[in-house]
Amino acid sequence: MSLTKDDVRKIAFLARIRVPDERLEPLAGELNNIVGWVEQLGEVNTDGVEPMTSVVETETPMRKDEVTEGGITDKVLSNAPDGEGPFYGVPKVVE
Amino acid sequence: MTYLIQGETGDWEVVIGLEVHAQAITNAKLFSGAPATFGAGPNENVSLIDAAMPGMLPVINEMAIEQAVRTGLGLRAAINKYSVFERKNYFYADLPQGYQISQYLHPIVGEGVVTLDLSDGSTRDVGIERLHLEQDAGKSIHDQDPKRSMIDLNRAGVVLMEIVSKPDIRSPEEAGAYLKKLRAILRYLGTCDGNMEEGSMRADVNVSVRPKGADELRTRVEVKNVNSVRFVMQAIEVEAERQVEVWEDGDEVVQETRLFDPNKGETRAMRTKEFAHDYRYFPDPDLLPVRFDDDFIERIKATLPELPDDKKDRFINDMGLSAYDAGVLVADRETAAYFEDAAKGRDAKTVANWLTTNLFGALKKLDKGIGESPVSAIHLGELVGLIEDETISTKIAKDVFEEMLKTSKAPGDIVEEKGLKQITDTGAIEAIVDQVIADNPEQADEVRGGNDKAIGWFVGQVMKASQGKANPGQVNGLLRAKLLG
Repeated sequence: MSLTKDDVRKIAFLARIRVPDERLEPLAGELNNIVGWVEQLGEVNTDGVEPMTSVVETETPMRKDEVTEGGITDKVLSNAPDGEGPFYGVPKVVE
Repeated sequence: MTYLIQGETGDWEVVIGLEVHAQAITNAKLFSGAPATFGAGPNENVSLIDAAMPGMLPVINEMAIEQAVRTGLGLRAAINKYSVFERKNYFYADLPQGYQISQYLHPIVGEGVVTLDLSDGSTRDVGIERLHLEQDAGKSIHDQDPKRSMIDLNRAGVVLMEIVSKPDIRSPEEAGAYLKKLRAILRYLGTCDGNMEEGSMRADVNVSVRPKGADELRTRVEVKNVNSVRFVMQAIEVEAERQVEVWEDGDEVVQETRLFDPNKGETRAMRTKEFAHDYRYFPDPDLLPVRFDDDFIERIKATLPELPDDKKDRFINDMGLSAYDAGVLVADRETAAYFEDAAKGRDAKTVANWLTTNLFGALKKLDKGIGESPVSAIHLGELVGLIEDETISTKIAKDVFEEMLKTSKAPGDIVEEKGLKQITDTGAIEAIVDQVIADNPEQADEVRGGNDKAIGWFVGQVMKASQGKANPGQVNGLLRAKLLG
């Protein structure tokens, strides 16, 4: 698998990372190195092996259906740069 | 029954699939301990997890799993003992994580079925493709500030069950019936309140058209967030007609998301977002797969209530109701419970009649639900009992019923207070009959002269003289004996 300049542009857009045009080509090279390195895993025969979901054999922890949080509007909003009253403020989104 | 759109080139068939987002009934959110309830002030029901603060880890609410399994069982669906939460990546202001935690390749519930009750009394099965769990997003408010949108995250992280149907629906009517039936099932199960107006049940509609008789599936369009059964039906109608026109003009329908505008009665394309459908799902590394065993499923199965389809069958087979009446009564869990309470030890058909005609009519006028009915189920049953044992006639029963609506009193008390008890004492009725004949010699002669029809007039007079309390059968017999015998 090989990433093109256009793939990199698209990935950057989806991740909302601004990448100047002249950086696309070098980035494609770097990313291809990483992907190529990871692809070495393909050499291992994994027939009949279940995907590993965790490095420890453990059950999913679950919480009881109880209200234990909330009521901290001030804290939740304390880092919001453009809030007003009890709301976050963001650039207008029009649909 | 087939719904077809007549185009210029021939008839077109509509293919519809629905994606319903049903908010699961839980106390807390899917991955946090913040309240999942409505009505709090903006951003009050928000934990640091819901606000996606760095380093916060989601922990699954066990009730969400239970409600999803319960719903799956109610949809007669395959329950997957292994399911995986994945990240659906996209950027939007009301999605603080930058991804929605959802399920993709391994949903918690697989294929099932919903049986539609159609208006002509027939039924039709619609397949369920899957049900998966996911987080709701926050709410954007656009009209408070000219330059900014305001964000309230109270809803962010609330438990949603996305229920996806197969493209088995063929008409607006079927789509409406599907939503109503799905809502009834969810309400019976107690897994969602099904309130479309408040947004706890929302529907996206996938619509495509094809020439009648064709097998192909053509490009579909997704119509978003249509928030009532009526609007869903209207949206399908106008969108299908639009597509027929596009194809017949020699153009192609493009796969896109459109919004239904109920005021203009049209759908319009949403501003197309480039790459909008590239969600780059991958298993959420913060969450282990969900696993449970058969015991867990069996424990939930044991708590299931009788569902609408089973109840309908029982009403038809054991209680002798028509398919139509049974369908009407089971459509709402409260109505079905009311009916069963009222029908205990009475003639079920008579009770069903009083309920669907008299009580429903009265409640509609009062703008009240069955839960607020001034006439209790026990009292309605008693009223039918009074008719059955001939304490009162059906006609008097209607007056008693009116009084019950006004005062919520027991029918027996009303009959007692107002002295409405039917007169079955032959002597007493005979006295009234004699008096009426004596007062109306001309009409009596008419009857004697062979005008049978005039006897009806006499029955009316006697009933009137007895203030409706005489037993009509006895009155008729006595009149015939005296005038014709």
